[in-house]
Amino acid sequence: MIPELLKTNLEKRVADAVTNREAAVDTMKELQRHYGWLTDEALEEAAQLLGLSPLQVEELATFYEMIYRRPVAPRIVHVCDSISCWASGGETLLKSLTQLLEIEPGSTTADGAITLLPCSCLGNCGEAPCMMIGEKQYGRMTPEAGAEIVAAVRDASPGS
Amino acid sequence: MEQILLKHTRPGRCLSFDEYRSAGGFGALAKALGKMTPAEVQQNVIDSGLRGRGGAGFPTGKKWSFVPRDLPGPRYLICNCDEMEPGTYKDRVLLERNPHLLVEGMALACYALGVRHAFIFVRYGYEQAAENLRSSIAAAHSSGFLGDNILGSGFTLELGVHQSAGRYICGEETALINALEGKRANPRAKPPFPAVKGLWGQPTVVNNVETLANIPAIINEGPLWWKSTAATPEAAGTKLFCISGHVVNTDCFELPLGMTLGEIIDGPCGGMRPGSRFKACIPGGASTPYFTDAHRDVSMDFDPVAKAGSRLGTGGIVVFDQSTCMVAVTLNLIRFFARESCGWCTPCREGLPFVRHILERIESGRGEAQDIEILREHVQMLNYAFCALAPGAMGPVEGLLNHFGDELREHISAGSCPFKGDRLP
Ligand SMILES: Cc1cc2nc3c(=O)[nH]c(=O)nc-3n(C[C@H](O)[C@H](O)[C@H](O)COP(=O)(O)O)c2cc1C
Ligand code: SF4
Ligand code: FES
Repeated sequence: MIPELLKTNLEKRVADAVTNREAAVDTMKELQRHYGWLTDEALEEAAQLLGLSPLQVEELATFYEMIYRRPVAPRIVHVCDSISCWASGGETLLKSLTQLLEIEPGSTTADGAITLLPCSCLGNCGEAPCMMIGEKQYGRMTPEAGAEIVAAVRDASPGS
Repeated sequence: MEQILLKHTRPGRCLSFDEYRSAGGFGALAKALGKMTPAEVQQNVIDSGLRGRGGAGFPTGKKWSFVPRDLPGPRYLICNCDEMEPGTYKDRVLLERNPHLLVEGMALACYALGVRHAFIFVRYGYEQAAENLRSSIAAAHSSGFLGDNILGSGFTLELGVHQSAGRYICGEETALINALEGKRANPRAKPPFPAVKGLWGQPTVVNNVETLANIPAIINEGPLWWKSTAATPEAAGTKLFCISGHVVNTDCFELPLGMTLGEIIDGPCGGMRPGSRFKACIPGGASTPYFTDAHRDVSMDFDPVAKAGSRLGTGGIVVFDQSTCMVAVTLNLIRFFARESCGWCTPCREGLPFVRHILERIESGRGEAQDIEILREHVQMLNYAFCALAPGAMGPVEGLLNHFGDELREHISAGSCPFKGDRLP
Protein backbone atom coordinates (compact mmCIF):
# COMPACT_ATOMS: atom_id res chain seq x y z
CA MET A 1 0.00 0.00 0.00
CA ILE A 2 1.23 3.47 -0.81
CA PRO A 3 0.77 6.41 1.57
CA GLU A 4 -2.29 8.58 1.01
CA LEU A 5 -0.18 11.63 0.09
CA LEU A 6 1.71 9.81 -2.64
CA LYS A 7 -1.56 8.42 -3.92
CA THR A 8 -3.16 11.87 -4.07
CA ASN A 9 -0.10 13.30 -5.84
CA LEU A 10 -0.11 10.54 -8.41
CA GLU A 11 -3.85 10.87 -8.96
CA LYS A 12 -3.28 14.55 -9.61
CA ARG A 13 -0.43 13.80 -12.02
CA VAL A 14 -2.69 11.43 -13.97
CA ALA A 15 -5.58 13.90 -13.93
CA ASP A 16 -3.31 16.63 -15.33
CA ALA A 17 -1.96 14.39 -18.08
CA VAL A 18 -3.06 14.81 -21.68
CA THR A 19 -4.10 11.15 -21.61
CA ASN A 20 -3.86 8.83 -18.60
CA ARG A 21 -1.02 6.79 -20.00
CA GLU A 22 1.06 9.88 -20.69
CA ALA A 23 1.75 9.78 -16.93
CA ALA A 24 2.87 6.14 -16.99
CA VAL A 25 6.64 6.66 -16.73
CA ASP A 26 6.30 9.25 -13.97
CA THR A 27 3.92 6.97 -12.08
CA MET A 28 6.20 3.94 -12.32
CA LYS A 29 9.18 6.04 -11.20
CA GLU A 30 7.36 7.42 -8.17
CA LEU A 31 6.13 4.00 -7.09
CA GLN A 32 9.63 2.62 -7.59
CA ARG A 33 11.02 5.43 -5.46
CA HIS A 34 8.61 4.40 -2.72
CA TYR A 35 9.11 0.61 -2.85
CA GLY A 36 12.76 0.55 -3.99
CA TRP A 37 11.79 -1.42 -7.08
CA LEU A 38 8.61 -1.95 -9.06
CA THR A 39 7.05 -4.74 -7.04
CA ASP A 40 4.00 -6.72 -8.19
CA GLU A 41 1.96 -4.68 -5.77
CA ALA A 42 3.34 -1.45 -7.29
CA LEU A 43 2.53 -2.72 -10.75
CA GLU A 44 -1.09 -3.31 -9.74
CA GLU A 45 -1.27 0.12 -8.13
CA ALA A 46 0.18 1.78 -11.23
CA ALA A 47 -2.37 -0.03 -13.39
CA GLN A 48 -5.17 1.14 -11.11
CA LEU A 49 -3.98 4.76 -11.17
CA LEU A 50 -3.49 4.81 -14.94
CA GLY A 51 -6.62 2.90 -15.87
CA LEU A 52 -4.53 0.24 -17.61
CA SER A 53 -4.29 -3.51 -17.11
CA PRO A 54 -1.31 -4.78 -15.10
CA LEU A 55 -0.07 -6.40 -18.30
CA GLN A 56 -0.06 -3.05 -20.08
CA VAL A 57 2.07 -1.60 -17.29
CA GLU A 58 4.32 -4.65 -17.36
CA GLU A 59 4.88 -4.06 -21.06
CA LEU A 60 6.24 -0.61 -20.23
CA ALA A 61 8.09 -1.55 -17.07
CA THR A 62 10.14 -4.26 -18.75
CA PHE A 63 11.08 -1.89 -21.57
CA TYR A 64 12.88 0.75 -19.56
CA GLU A 65 16.44 0.35 -18.34
CA MET A 66 15.83 2.29 -15.12
CA ILE A 67 12.63 0.54 -14.03
CA TYR A 68 13.42 -2.54 -11.95
CA ARG A 69 11.05 -5.49 -11.85
CA ARG A 70 13.37 -7.39 -9.54
CA PRO A 71 14.67 -6.34 -6.14
CA VAL A 72 17.62 -3.97 -6.15
CA ALA A 73 19.57 -2.49 -3.28
CA PRO A 74 18.82 1.01 -1.98
CA ARG A 75 21.99 2.16 -3.74
CA ILE A 76 22.65 1.24 -7.36
CA VAL A 77 26.10 1.82 -8.81
CA HIS A 78 25.83 2.19 -12.59
CA VAL A 79 29.13 1.86 -14.42
CA CYS A 80 29.18 2.96 -18.05
CA ASP A 81 30.44 0.29 -20.44
CA SER A 82 30.06 2.25 -23.69
CA ILE A 83 32.79 3.25 -26.07
CA SER A 84 34.39 6.41 -24.64
CA CYS A 85 34.57 4.92 -21.16
CA TRP A 86 35.83 1.63 -22.58
CA ALA A 87 38.63 3.53 -24.34
CA SER A 88 39.63 5.22 -21.08
CA GLY A 89 39.72 2.40 -18.56
CA GLY A 90 36.05 1.62 -18.00
CA GLU A 91 36.64 -2.13 -17.96
CA THR A 92 39.30 -1.73 -15.29
CA LEU A 93 36.93 0.39 -13.22
CA LEU A 94 34.11 -2.16 -13.42
CA LYS A 95 36.46 -5.02 -12.61
CA SER A 96 37.88 -3.26 -9.58
CA LEU A 97 34.37 -2.59 -8.27
CA THR A 98 33.34 -6.21 -8.72
CA GLN A 99 36.38 -7.20 -6.68
CA LEU A 100 35.75 -4.57 -4.04
CA LEU A 101 32.09 -5.55 -3.64
CA GLU A 102 32.78 -9.26 -4.19
CA ILE A 103 29.92 -9.61 -6.66
CA GLU A 104 29.36 -10.10 -10.36
CA PRO A 105 28.03 -7.15 -12.39
CA GLY A 106 24.24 -7.33 -12.26
CA SER A 107 23.99 -8.52 -8.66
CA THR A 108 23.63 -7.20 -5.13
CA THR A 109 26.11 -7.35 -2.26
CA ALA A 110 25.57 -9.96 0.44
CA ASP A 111 24.52 -7.26 2.93
CA GLY A 112 21.91 -5.98 0.47
CA ALA A 113 23.43 -2.49 0.43
CA ILE A 114 24.61 -2.08 -3.17
CA THR A 115 23.61 -3.33 -6.60
CA LEU A 116 26.25 -3.07 -9.32
CA LEU A 117 24.98 -2.58 -12.86
CA PRO A 118 26.87 -1.92 -16.08
CA CYS A 119 24.93 0.56 -18.21
CA SER A 120 24.92 2.31 -21.55
CA CYS A 121 26.54 5.71 -22.15
CA LEU A 122 25.73 8.19 -19.38
CA GLY A 123 26.25 11.21 -21.65
CA ASN A 124 29.35 12.23 -19.76
CA CYS A 125 31.90 10.84 -22.22
CA GLY A 126 34.32 13.77 -21.94
CA GLU A 127 34.87 12.73 -18.31
CA ALA A 128 35.38 9.04 -19.04
CA PRO A 129 35.38 6.63 -17.35
CA CYS A 130 32.09 7.38 -15.64
CA MET A 131 29.68 5.98 -13.13
CA MET A 132 26.39 7.10 -11.61
CA ILE A 133 25.02 6.45 -8.14
CA GLY A 134 21.37 7.39 -7.69
CA GLU A 135 21.04 10.53 -9.74
CA LYS A 136 24.61 11.71 -9.22
CA GLN A 137 27.21 11.37 -11.96
CA TYR A 138 30.90 10.79 -11.31
CA GLY A 139 33.59 11.26 -13.97
CA ARG A 140 37.32 10.62 -14.46
CA MET A 141 37.10 7.61 -12.17
CA THR A 142 40.23 5.75 -11.22
CA PRO A 143 39.72 2.40 -9.49
CA GLU A 144 40.87 4.09 -6.26
CA ALA A 145 38.48 7.04 -6.57
CA GLY A 146 35.65 4.68 -7.50
CA ALA A 147 36.37 2.48 -4.48
CA GLU A 148 36.40 5.49 -2.15
CA ILE A 149 33.07 6.81 -3.40
CA VAL A 150 31.40 3.41 -3.33
CA ALA A 151 32.67 2.78 0.21
CA ALA A 152 31.29 6.13 1.39
CA VAL A 153 27.94 5.43 -0.21
CA ARG A 154 27.86 1.96 1.31
CA ASP A 155 28.44 3.34 4.80
CA ALA A 156 25.58 5.79 4.31
CA SER A 157 23.25 3.18 2.83
CA PRO A 158 20.08 2.39 4.79
CA GLY A 159 20.55 -1.26 3.79
CA SER A 160 23.86 -1.75 5.62
CA MET B 1 35.48 32.13 -34.11
CA GLU B 2 31.90 33.19 -33.53
CA GLN B 3 30.06 31.59 -30.61
CA ILE B 4 26.29 31.35 -30.78
CA LEU B 5 25.26 28.58 -28.40
CA LEU B 6 27.95 28.80 -25.72
CA LYS B 7 28.44 32.56 -26.07
CA HIS B 8 27.06 33.76 -22.77
CA THR B 9 27.92 30.78 -20.65
CA ARG B 10 29.66 31.10 -17.28
CA PRO B 11 32.46 28.80 -16.20
CA GLY B 12 31.26 26.03 -13.89
CA ARG B 13 27.65 27.14 -13.52
CA CYS B 14 24.38 27.72 -15.32
CA LEU B 15 23.68 31.14 -16.82
CA SER B 16 20.87 32.73 -14.77
CA PHE B 17 17.62 33.85 -16.36
CA ASP B 18 18.41 37.48 -15.58
CA GLU B 19 21.88 37.21 -17.07
CA TYR B 20 20.33 35.78 -20.21
CA ARG B 21 17.85 38.66 -20.35
CA SER B 22 20.61 41.25 -19.91
CA ALA B 23 22.55 39.65 -22.74
CA GLY B 24 19.59 40.24 -25.05
CA GLY B 25 17.78 36.99 -24.26
CA PHE B 26 14.15 36.75 -25.45
CA GLY B 27 14.84 39.68 -27.79
CA ALA B 28 14.35 37.36 -30.75
CA LEU B 29 10.97 36.26 -29.41
CA ALA B 30 9.89 39.87 -28.88
CA LYS B 31 11.07 40.72 -32.39
CA ALA B 32 9.22 37.79 -33.98
CA LEU B 33 5.97 38.35 -32.08
CA GLY B 34 6.12 42.11 -32.71
CA LYS B 35 7.09 42.33 -36.33
CA MET B 36 7.18 38.95 -38.04
CA THR B 37 4.53 36.56 -39.25
CA PRO B 38 4.94 32.83 -38.47
CA ALA B 39 5.66 32.28 -42.17
CA GLU B 40 8.49 34.82 -42.02
CA VAL B 41 10.06 33.05 -39.04
CA GLN B 42 9.93 29.78 -40.95
CA GLN B 43 11.38 31.46 -44.07
CA ASN B 44 14.29 32.79 -41.99
CA VAL B 45 15.02 29.27 -40.80
CA ILE B 46 14.86 27.97 -44.38
CA ASP B 47 17.17 30.77 -45.59
CA SER B 48 19.70 30.10 -42.82
CA GLY B 49 20.39 26.61 -44.16
CA LEU B 50 20.03 25.14 -40.64
CA ARG B 51 20.16 21.34 -40.72
CA GLY B 52 19.07 19.11 -37.85
CA ARG B 53 21.72 18.53 -35.16
CA GLY B 54 20.17 15.27 -33.90
CA GLY B 55 21.94 12.95 -36.31
CA ALA B 56 20.16 12.91 -39.65
CA GLY B 57 20.94 16.48 -40.74
CA PHE B 58 17.54 17.13 -42.28
CA PRO B 59 16.95 20.80 -43.24
CA THR B 60 14.93 22.23 -40.35
CA GLY B 61 12.88 24.82 -42.23
CA LYS B 62 11.94 22.25 -44.83
CA LYS B 63 10.77 19.85 -42.11
CA TRP B 64 8.59 22.59 -40.67
CA SER B 65 7.14 23.31 -44.12
CA PHE B 66 5.75 19.75 -44.28
CA VAL B 67 3.40 20.46 -41.38
CA PRO B 68 -0.14 20.97 -42.69
CA ARG B 69 -1.63 24.12 -41.16
CA ASP B 70 -5.23 23.43 -42.12
CA LEU B 71 -5.98 20.20 -40.22
CA PRO B 72 -8.36 20.41 -37.24
CA GLY B 73 -6.92 19.91 -33.76
CA PRO B 74 -3.59 20.82 -32.18
CA ARG B 75 -0.07 20.58 -33.57
CA TYR B 76 2.90 19.65 -31.42
CA LEU B 77 6.61 20.32 -31.15
CA ILE B 78 8.84 17.86 -29.32
CA CYS B 79 12.40 18.70 -28.42
CA ASN B 80 14.53 15.57 -28.51
CA CYS B 81 16.96 15.46 -25.59
CA ASP B 82 17.20 11.69 -25.37
CA GLU B 83 20.92 11.89 -26.22
CA MET B 84 21.88 8.28 -25.61
CA GLU B 85 24.21 7.71 -28.54
CA PRO B 86 27.61 6.79 -27.04
CA GLY B 87 30.17 9.55 -27.46
CA THR B 88 27.49 12.26 -27.46
CA TYR B 89 26.98 14.75 -24.63
CA LYS B 90 26.54 18.14 -26.31
CA ASP B 91 22.86 18.65 -25.41
CA ARG B 92 23.64 18.05 -21.74
CA VAL B 93 26.46 20.62 -21.82
CA LEU B 94 24.22 23.17 -23.52
CA LEU B 95 21.36 22.67 -21.04
CA GLU B 96 23.65 22.69 -18.03
CA ARG B 97 25.11 26.01 -19.17
CA ASN B 98 22.25 27.84 -20.90
CA PRO B 99 18.78 26.23 -20.89
CA HIS B 100 17.11 29.59 -21.70
CA LEU B 101 18.35 29.45 -25.29
CA LEU B 102 16.32 26.28 -25.82
CA VAL B 103 13.23 27.75 -24.16
CA GLU B 104 13.40 30.81 -26.42
CA GLY B 105 14.19 28.68 -29.49
CA MET B 106 11.20 26.46 -28.79
CA ALA B 107 8.92 29.47 -28.32
CA LEU B 108 10.03 30.77 -31.73
CA ALA B 109 9.56 27.37 -33.37
CA CYS B 110 6.10 27.03 -31.82
CA TYR B 111 5.15 30.50 -33.06
CA ALA B 112 6.24 29.55 -36.58
CA LEU B 113 4.39 26.23 -36.44
CA GLY B 114 1.27 27.36 -34.61
CA VAL B 115 1.98 25.06 -31.66
CA ARG B 116 0.45 25.78 -28.25
CA HIS B 117 1.77 22.82 -26.29
CA ALA B 118 5.30 21.51 -26.69
CA PHE B 119 7.38 18.91 -24.87
CA ILE B 120 11.01 18.39 -24.04
CA PHE B 121 11.93 14.71 -23.85
CA VAL B 122 14.91 14.33 -21.51
CA ARG B 123 16.87 11.11 -20.97
CA TYR B 124 17.55 9.62 -17.53
CA GLY B 125 20.73 10.77 -15.83
CA TYR B 126 20.24 14.38 -17.01
CA GLU B 127 18.81 15.62 -13.69
CA GLN B 128 20.63 18.93 -13.75
CA ALA B 129 19.56 19.64 -17.33
CA ALA B 130 15.92 18.85 -16.50
CA GLU B 131 16.07 20.96 -13.35
CA ASN B 132 17.57 23.89 -15.29
CA LEU B 133 14.83 23.59 -17.87
CA ARG B 134 12.07 23.54 -15.27
CA SER B 135 13.39 26.70 -13.61
CA SER B 136 13.94 28.44 -16.92
CA ILE B 137 10.37 27.60 -17.97
CA ALA B 138 9.04 28.90 -14.62
CA ALA B 139 11.04 32.14 -14.97
CA ALA B 140 9.89 32.60 -18.57
CA HIS B 141 6.30 32.19 -17.36
CA SER B 142 6.67 34.87 -14.70
CA SER B 143 8.24 37.23 -17.23
CA GLY B 144 5.44 36.72 -19.73
CA PHE B 145 7.47 34.80 -22.32
CA LEU B 146 5.36 31.65 -21.87
CA GLY B 147 1.74 31.05 -20.95
CA ASP B 148 -1.31 32.97 -22.20
CA ASN B 149 -1.13 35.90 -24.59
CA ILE B 150 2.68 36.15 -24.69
CA LEU B 151 3.86 39.78 -24.78
CA GLY B 152 0.34 40.82 -25.66
CA SER B 153 0.53 39.10 -29.05
CA GLY B 154 -2.29 36.64 -28.55
CA PHE B 155 0.19 33.76 -28.89
CA THR B 156 -0.12 31.14 -26.14
CA LEU B 157 2.35 28.40 -25.27
CA GLU B 158 2.97 25.79 -22.57
CA LEU B 159 6.21 23.77 -22.36
CA GLY B 160 6.34 20.42 -20.53
CA VAL B 161 9.37 18.36 -19.49
CA HIS B 162 9.19 14.56 -19.79
CA GLN B 163 11.94 12.60 -18.07
CA SER B 164 12.49 9.19 -19.60
CA ALA B 165 13.72 6.01 -17.95
CA GLY B 166 16.36 4.89 -20.42
CA ARG B 167 16.64 3.05 -23.77
CA TYR B 168 18.49 4.44 -26.77
CA ILE B 169 15.57 3.72 -29.13
CA CYS B 170 13.47 6.39 -27.37
CA GLY B 171 15.54 8.94 -29.32
CA GLU B 172 14.21 7.70 -32.66
CA GLU B 173 11.48 10.20 -33.39
CA THR B 174 8.52 7.83 -33.81
CA ALA B 175 9.58 5.67 -30.85
CA LEU B 176 9.90 8.90 -28.89
CA ILE B 177 6.33 9.80 -29.76
CA ASN B 178 5.17 6.40 -28.50
CA ALA B 179 7.21 6.86 -25.33
CA LEU B 180 5.71 10.27 -24.71
CA GLU B 181 2.21 8.85 -25.19
CA GLY B 182 3.04 6.28 -22.50
CA LYS B 183 3.26 3.38 -24.95
CA ARG B 184 6.08 0.90 -25.39
CA ALA B 185 8.73 2.79 -27.35
CA ASN B 186 8.86 0.77 -30.55
CA PRO B 187 9.22 2.88 -33.69
CA ARG B 188 6.20 3.49 -35.92
CA ALA B 189 6.01 2.86 -39.66
CA LYS B 190 6.78 5.88 -41.84
CA PRO B 191 4.83 7.20 -43.72
CA PRO B 192 2.80 8.77 -42.30
CA PHE B 193 5.61 11.02 -41.11
CA PRO B 194 5.22 12.73 -37.73
CA ALA B 195 4.92 16.09 -39.49
CA VAL B 196 1.53 14.89 -40.70
CA LYS B 197 0.51 12.33 -38.07
CA GLY B 198 2.58 12.25 -34.90
CA LEU B 199 1.82 12.77 -31.23
CA TRP B 200 -1.77 11.66 -30.49
CA GLY B 201 -2.25 11.45 -34.25
CA GLN B 202 -1.64 15.17 -34.75
CA PRO B 203 1.00 16.96 -36.89
CA THR B 204 4.24 16.94 -34.88
CA VAL B 205 7.74 18.27 -35.38
CA VAL B 206 10.59 16.55 -33.58
CA ASN B 207 13.80 18.59 -33.36
CA ASN B 208 17.03 18.18 -31.48
CA VAL B 209 18.02 20.50 -28.59
CA GLU B 210 20.91 22.07 -30.48
CA THR B 211 18.78 22.60 -33.60
CA LEU B 212 16.17 24.57 -31.66
CA ALA B 213 18.75 26.49 -29.62
CA ASN B 214 20.03 28.04 -32.86
CA ILE B 215 16.71 29.67 -33.77
CA PRO B 216 17.03 32.80 -31.57
CA ALA B 217 20.31 33.80 -33.26
CA ILE B 218 18.84 33.21 -36.71
CA ILE B 219 15.94 35.54 -35.91
CA ASN B 220 18.04 38.12 -34.04
CA GLU B 221 21.04 38.39 -36.32
CA GLY B 222 19.46 37.29 -39.57
CA PRO B 223 19.78 34.04 -41.50
CA LEU B 224 22.68 35.17 -43.66
CA TRP B 225 24.81 36.24 -40.71
CA TRP B 226 24.02 32.96 -38.96
CA LYS B 227 24.98 30.95 -42.04
CA SER B 228 28.25 32.87 -42.39
CA THR B 229 29.54 31.71 -39.01
CA ALA B 230 30.57 28.42 -40.65
CA ALA B 231 34.10 27.72 -41.83
CA THR B 232 33.24 27.15 -45.49
CA PRO B 233 30.78 28.81 -47.89
CA GLU B 234 28.88 25.52 -48.23
CA ALA B 235 28.40 24.98 -44.49
CA ALA B 236 25.89 26.85 -42.31
CA GLY B 237 26.32 27.90 -38.70
CA THR B 238 28.35 26.51 -35.84
CA LYS B 239 28.25 23.02 -34.35
CA LEU B 240 28.75 21.60 -30.90
CA PHE B 241 31.44 18.95 -31.19
CA CYS B 242 31.74 16.76 -28.11
CA ILE B 243 35.09 15.06 -27.88
CA SER B 244 36.23 11.98 -26.03
CA GLY B 245 39.00 9.42 -26.25
CA HIS B 246 42.76 9.78 -26.48
CA VAL B 247 43.18 13.53 -27.07
CA VAL B 248 44.35 16.11 -24.51
CA ASN B 249 41.12 18.13 -24.15
CA THR B 250 38.02 15.96 -24.01
CA ASP B 251 35.39 18.66 -23.88
CA CYS B 252 32.46 20.08 -25.78
CA PHE B 253 33.45 22.86 -28.20
CA GLU B 254 31.33 25.13 -30.34
CA LEU B 255 33.16 25.33 -33.66
CA PRO B 256 32.36 26.65 -37.13
CA LEU B 257 30.77 23.89 -39.15
CA GLY B 258 33.17 22.77 -41.86
CA MET B 259 36.50 22.91 -39.99
CA THR B 260 38.62 19.93 -41.00
CA LEU B 261 38.99 16.94 -38.73
CA GLY B 262 42.72 17.66 -38.42
CA GLU B 263 42.08 21.27 -37.40
CA ILE B 264 39.67 20.15 -34.69
CA ILE B 265 42.04 17.55 -33.29
CA ASP B 266 45.17 19.67 -33.40
CA GLY B 267 43.36 22.87 -32.36
CA PRO B 268 40.71 22.78 -29.61
CA CYS B 269 41.39 19.15 -28.73
CA GLY B 270 45.04 20.04 -28.05
CA GLY B 271 46.33 17.13 -30.11
CA MET B 272 46.87 13.57 -28.98
CA ARG B 273 47.82 12.66 -25.41
CA PRO B 274 51.56 12.22 -24.74
CA GLY B 275 52.67 8.90 -26.21
CA SER B 276 49.54 8.61 -28.34
CA ARG B 277 49.41 8.74 -32.13
CA PHE B 278 46.12 9.20 -34.01
CA LYS B 279 44.83 5.96 -35.43
CA ALA B 280 41.13 6.45 -36.07
CA CYS B 281 38.05 8.17 -34.79
CA ILE B 282 34.30 7.85 -34.68
CA PRO B 283 33.37 11.11 -36.40
CA GLY B 284 29.77 11.64 -35.25
CA GLY B 285 28.55 9.30 -32.53
CA ALA B 286 28.52 5.52 -32.19
CA SER B 287 26.60 4.80 -35.40
CA THR B 288 29.01 6.48 -37.83
CA PRO B 289 31.73 4.66 -39.84
CA TYR B 290 35.30 5.36 -38.71
CA PHE B 291 37.64 7.98 -40.09
CA THR B 292 41.38 7.39 -40.27
CA ASP B 293 44.49 9.50 -40.80
CA ALA B 294 43.50 9.70 -44.47
CA HIS B 295 40.44 11.74 -43.47
CA ARG B 296 42.19 14.56 -41.60
CA ASP B 297 41.40 17.04 -44.37
CA VAL B 298 37.70 16.21 -44.55
CA SER B 299 35.57 19.26 -43.84
CA MET B 300 33.41 18.37 -40.82
CA ASP B 301 30.12 19.30 -42.43
CA PHE B 302 27.16 17.12 -43.44
CA ASP B 303 27.82 16.63 -47.15
CA PRO B 304 31.64 16.38 -47.13
CA VAL B 305 31.55 13.79 -44.32
CA ALA B 306 28.90 11.79 -46.21
CA LYS B 307 31.01 12.01 -49.37
CA ALA B 308 33.96 10.63 -47.42
CA GLY B 309 31.85 7.59 -46.46
CA SER B 310 30.59 8.44 -42.99
CA ARG B 311 28.08 10.75 -41.30
CA LEU B 312 28.45 13.95 -39.28
CA GLY B 313 25.79 12.44 -37.01
CA THR B 314 25.63 14.09 -33.61
CA GLY B 315 29.10 15.64 -33.68
CA GLY B 316 30.37 13.23 -31.02
CA ILE B 317 34.00 12.53 -31.95
CA VAL B 318 35.72 9.61 -30.19
CA VAL B 319 39.45 9.45 -30.90
CA PHE B 320 41.54 6.27 -30.73
CA ASP B 321 45.31 5.97 -30.63
CA GLN B 322 47.71 3.36 -32.01
CA SER B 323 47.23 1.00 -29.06
CA THR B 324 43.52 0.55 -29.76
CA CYS B 325 42.20 -2.63 -31.38
CA MET B 326 39.52 -1.63 -33.87
CA VAL B 327 37.92 -5.08 -33.71
CA ALA B 328 37.46 -4.58 -29.98
CA VAL B 329 36.08 -1.06 -30.54
CA THR B 330 33.56 -2.44 -33.02
CA LEU B 331 32.63 -5.25 -30.63
CA ASN B 332 31.99 -2.73 -27.85
CA LEU B 333 29.74 -0.70 -30.15
CA ILE B 334 27.83 -3.74 -31.40
CA ARG B 335 27.27 -4.90 -27.83
CA PHE B 336 25.65 -1.55 -27.16
CA PHE B 337 23.40 -1.71 -30.22
CA ALA B 338 22.43 -5.35 -29.67
CA ARG B 339 21.47 -4.52 -26.08
CA GLU B 340 19.52 -1.43 -27.11
CA SER B 341 17.64 -3.09 -29.99
CA CYS B 342 13.97 -2.67 -29.19
CA GLY B 343 13.24 -6.19 -30.46
CA TRP B 344 10.42 -5.13 -32.76
CA CYS B 345 11.82 -6.50 -36.03
CA THR B 346 13.68 -9.72 -36.75
CA PRO B 347 16.72 -8.49 -38.73
CA CYS B 348 17.81 -6.28 -35.84
CA ARG B 349 16.69 -8.46 -32.91
CA GLU B 350 18.39 -11.57 -34.34
CA GLY B 351 21.01 -10.00 -36.61
CA LEU B 352 22.82 -7.78 -34.12
CA PRO B 353 23.47 -10.56 -31.57
CA PHE B 354 24.78 -12.69 -34.43
CA VAL B 355 27.16 -9.96 -35.58
CA ARG B 356 28.24 -9.57 -31.95
CA HIS B 357 28.90 -13.30 -31.80
CA ILE B 358 31.06 -13.18 -34.96
CA LEU B 359 33.07 -10.24 -33.62
CA GLU B 360 33.52 -11.93 -30.23
CA ARG B 361 34.82 -14.98 -32.04
CA ILE B 362 37.30 -12.95 -34.10
CA GLU B 363 38.48 -10.87 -31.14
CA SER B 364 39.07 -13.95 -29.01
CA GLY B 365 41.14 -15.59 -31.75
CA ARG B 366 38.55 -18.09 -32.96
CA GLY B 367 37.62 -16.25 -36.16
CA GLU B 368 37.39 -17.98 -39.52
CA ALA B 369 38.16 -16.65 -42.98
CA GLN B 370 34.49 -16.69 -44.00
CA ASP B 371 33.54 -14.41 -41.08
CA ILE B 372 34.58 -11.36 -43.05
CA GLU B 373 32.10 -12.18 -45.78
CA ILE B 374 29.38 -12.80 -43.17
CA LEU B 375 30.04 -9.37 -41.68
CA ARG B 376 29.89 -7.80 -45.14
CA GLU B 377 26.55 -9.48 -45.90
CA HIS B 378 25.10 -8.22 -42.63
CA VAL B 379 26.07 -4.63 -43.42
CA GLN B 380 23.82 -4.97 -46.47
CA MET B 381 21.08 -7.03 -44.86
CA LEU B 382 20.50 -4.85 -41.83
CA ASN B 383 19.54 -1.98 -44.12
CA TYR B 384 16.20 -3.77 -44.36
CA ALA B 385 15.39 -3.41 -40.68
CA PHE B 386 12.31 -1.49 -39.52
CA CYS B 387 14.13 1.62 -38.30
CA ALA B 388 17.50 3.36 -38.56
CA LEU B 389 18.95 1.76 -35.41
CA ALA B 390 20.14 -1.40 -37.16
CA PRO B 391 21.74 0.25 -40.22
CA GLY B 392 23.37 2.70 -37.79
CA ALA B 393 24.68 -0.19 -35.74
CA MET B 394 26.40 -1.55 -38.83
CA GLY B 395 28.14 1.79 -39.51
CA PRO B 396 31.18 0.85 -37.39
CA VAL B 397 31.25 -2.65 -38.91
CA GLU B 398 31.32 -1.09 -42.35
CA GLY B 399 34.16 1.19 -41.24
CA LEU B 400 36.04 -1.80 -39.85
CA LEU B 401 35.70 -3.69 -43.14
CA ASN B 402 36.65 -0.70 -45.29
CA HIS B 403 39.59 0.69 -43.33
CA PHE B 404 40.84 -2.06 -41.04
CA GLY B 405 40.52 -5.15 -43.19
CA ASP B 406 44.17 -6.01 -42.55
CA GLU B 407 43.67 -5.79 -38.81
CA LEU B 408 40.63 -8.08 -39.06
CA ARG B 409 42.50 -10.64 -41.17
CA GLU B 410 45.47 -10.52 -38.78
CA HIS B 411 43.17 -11.48 -35.89
CA ILE B 412 41.93 -14.45 -37.89
CA SER B 413 45.26 -15.66 -39.27
CA ALA B 414 47.17 -15.22 -35.98
CA GLY B 415 44.33 -16.71 -33.94
CA SER B 416 44.62 -13.94 -31.37
CA CYS B 417 44.20 -10.21 -30.88
CA PRO B 418 47.48 -8.43 -31.71
CA PHE B 419 46.66 -5.65 -29.25
CA LYS B 420 45.86 -7.58 -26.08
CA GLY B 421 47.24 -6.06 -22.96
CA ASP B 422 48.43 -3.02 -24.82
CA ARG B 423 45.56 -0.64 -24.23
CA LEU B 424 45.98 2.70 -22.50
CA PRO B 425 44.45 2.81 -19.02
C1 LIG C 1 18.08 4.84 -32.75
C2 LIG C 1 17.99 6.32 -32.91
C3 LIG C 1 18.25 7.16 -31.84
C4 LIG C 1 18.16 8.54 -31.96
N1 LIG C 1 18.44 9.32 -30.88
C5 LIG C 1 18.34 10.66 -31.00
C6 LIG C 1 18.60 11.51 -29.88
O1 LIG C 1 18.89 11.05 -28.78
N2 LIG C 1 18.48 12.85 -30.04
C7 LIG C 1 18.10 13.40 -31.25
O2 LIG C 1 17.97 14.61 -31.35
N3 LIG C 1 17.87 12.63 -32.31
C8 LIG C 1 17.97 11.27 -32.22
N4 LIG C 1 17.69 10.50 -33.31
C9 LIG C 1 17.23 11.16 -34.55
C10 LIG C 1 15.74 11.46 -34.48
O3 LIG C 1 15.02 10.35 -34.99
C11 LIG C 1 15.34 12.69 -35.29
O4 LIG C 1 15.85 12.55 -36.56
C12 LIG C 1 15.87 13.98 -34.71
O5 LIG C 1 15.49 14.13 -33.37
C13 LIG C 1 15.33 15.13 -35.51
O6 LIG C 1 15.83 16.35 -35.01
P1 LIG C 1 16.71 17.30 -35.93
O7 LIG C 1 16.06 17.35 -37.28
O8 LIG C 1 16.67 18.60 -35.23
O9 LIG C 1 18.07 16.70 -35.99
C14 LIG C 1 17.80 9.10 -33.21
C15 LIG C 1 17.54 8.27 -34.29
C16 LIG C 1 17.65 6.89 -34.16
C17 LIG C 1 17.36 6.02 -35.34
S1 SF4 D 1 15.70 -1.94 -36.26
FE1 SF4 D 1 15.98 -2.63 -34.14
S2 SF4 D 1 15.45 -0.86 -32.93
FE2 SF4 D 1 14.57 -0.51 -34.98
S3 SF4 D 1 12.50 -1.40 -34.89
FE3 SF4 D 1 13.82 -3.06 -35.57
S4 SF4 D 1 14.34 -4.11 -33.62
FE4 SF4 D 1 13.58 -2.09 -33.06
S1 FES E 1 30.62 6.37 -23.13
FE1 FES E 1 30.60 6.39 -20.96
S2 FES E 1 29.57 8.25 -20.53
FE2 FES E 1 29.45 8.14 -22.72
